[in-house]
Amino acid sequence: MPRPFTPKIVTANDLLAGDVVYQTSGSDWSRHLKDAEILYDDAQAQTRLSFAEQQGAMVVGVYLADVEMGSRGPEPTHFREDFRRTGPSNYHHGKQAEAAVR
Amino acid sequence: MYHYTEFDKAFLATRNAQFRAQVERRIDGSLTEDEFKPLRLMNGLYLQLHAYMLRVAIPYGTLNSAQMRQLAYLAEKWDKGYGHFTTRQNIQYNWPKLRDVPDMLDALAEVGLHAIQTSGNTIRNVTADHFAGAAADEIADPRPVAELIRQWSTDHPEFQFLGRKFKIAITGGAEDRAVTRAHDIGLRIIDRDGETGFQVIVGGGLGRTPMIGSVIREFLPRADLLPYLEAVLSVYNTLGRRDNKYKARIKITVHENGIDKIRDLVEQRFGERRAMFSGIDQTLLTGIEAAFSAPEFRTASTNAFDAAYAGNPVFRSWADTNLTAHKAPGYSIVSISLKAHGQTPGDASADQMRVIADLAERCGHDQLRISHEQNVILPHVHKSDLPALHAVLREHGLGTANIGLISDIIACPGMDYCALATARSIPIAQDIATRFQDLKLEHDIGALKIKISGCINACGHHHVGHIGILGLDRAGVENYQITLGGDGSDTAAIGERAGPGFSADDIVPAIERLVLAYLDLRETADETFLQTYRRLGIDPFKAALYPEARANAA
Repeated sequence: MPRPFTPKIVTANDLLAGDVVYQTSGSDWSRHLKDAEILYDDAQAQTRLSFAEQQGAMVVGVYLADVEMGSRGPEPTHFREDFRRTGPSNYHHGKQAEAAVR
Repeated sequence: MYHYTEFDKAFLATRNAQFRAQVERRIDGSLTEDEFKPLRLMNGLYLQLHAYMLRVAIPYGTLNSAQMRQLAYLAEKWDKGYGHFTTRQNIQYNWPKLRDVPDMLDALAEVGLHAIQTSGNTIRNVTADHFAGAAADEIADPRPVAELIRQWSTDHPEFQFLGRKFKIAITGGAEDRAVTRAHDIGLRIIDRDGETGFQVIVGGGLGRTPMIGSVIREFLPRADLLPYLEAVLSVYNTLGRRDNKYKARIKITVHENGIDKIRDLVEQRFGERRAMFSGIDQTLLTGIEAAFSAPEFRTASTNAFDAAYAGNPVFRSWADTNLTAHKAPGYSIVSISLKAHGQTPGDASADQMRVIADLAERCGHDQLRISHEQNVILPHVHKSDLPALHAVLREHGLGTANIGLISDIIACPGMDYCALATARSIPIAQDIATRFQDLKLEHDIGALKIKISGCINACGHHHVGHIGILGLDRAGVENYQITLGGDGSDTAAIGERAGPGFSADDIVPAIERLVLAYLDLRETADETFLQTYRRLGIDPFKAALYPEARANAA
């Protein structure tokens, strides 16, 4: 039996800056996970992923990542995605250093 | 040291102009990412977790002060004010913007540096003994040959599309400080009946399938080096597997075919290749050797050093750990630790790079080395200059007296930066270093190499750490496996896995139990961790790591 679908978002890195971006429901790209469009079924996820893959002029390395809904919006389910939306742990660099991150 | 010729400068200018145009075409949409990616990788530009990363080669680990200042300039102008020195004698910038990279490469070219072949399935930056040209035990300086290999391998048309990356290390020391047995090709300069040549080792490597290299040629005359290297590469290029990325390195080719078959094929190919060399490589080498002639060492009193050593315990502690015997009387090799307790192993700020550059210029014959152990070396310092030099280092957070000790940890960037990582490395290194500093046991423990990798690819050399730590993702949680008894020196060995891994919270206490057990088990204070391990085997260390298992078995 296929595994039940878990909510996902489309994420990538910005072509010019390289930083982590998330696809919004307006088909734009946001630096903030809270703005990401949540995808609740596989067909929708594949459609949005395909759309994102056409955005090579803006982003690089598009993929689907798992999220779960928290009180403040989508939250990563895996530590890798948590690091991506935060920044490195050895310096206060990356997204954590920017204002109003989450 | 070697200075770029007009040919080198023109080649690099052309290459950088090509890459600038490629970046422009990527940005204007003429190139897709699939088309652009191999081009950027050939020029050292990766995309990591949070940003692009530019990996700049420091060929055979050698820099002068002007180059170090330029590395500082790049860090400040286009990055976040620091750089990360790696286990392959490269420096990585973690935050460049795509549009800025061509300018960064042009700035590097101004001082004779580049990022070519720091990625991709080519011959990578050639690494060398970080005490090259200075060590008391040196048979010959390996750097002229390393520079010859750099020139030969750069853009070598036959070796731009190998089955996988290819790493060459070279040492001229009696002691192997370049981990030659864990490289695709390791070269050791040896002396046979008054003639210097090379012992050639092939098929070593770490990563998913760690292997200690085998000797393929006991003695190779100096003049035969390039044709012999071409023969090895050519045989690998023909036989090496391309069906499976994880079986594509030459270590697997050697393992699957056997060293004897590989040797026969290489010797046969070598005959053909040697006939194609006219001797121009040896003419070039003669010119390169002249560029690496030793500095004019001075003769002076060492009284200032002796007085500081006798009267200043902080200086004495640093001198005992961070100085190495030099070939010239009155001189020392200085290792500057980039492992201040709690800091990121291998990171230096732009200010620190400038301080180091100034010291090299003022009292180090303008020479610097970067070690694969992620420290900076001043290879030629007269002992009379050491007390003042040490004071300057301390002022800038560079005076840590821990070379070769438990806090002198190799750590890859891990999941704090690297897109391939399965767990973080840096915080584990930071926590181990600060824990043992708190315990004040570091100097009592003595020589101990801890090496940490954040994934199976083993950039942190964990397999050859006396204690190796491998970070993995176990069901969505960071998990750290310990290997014991690894060794990257002349007595090279792959570490043995101790047992189940530990969580991020449990790994530092586990290392503490392990090291305290060693202190109990050693016969004398002079018996190192590795010696104790070799005397007793893994069992008593396992018992310390897994006390519950022992209790359950009882």
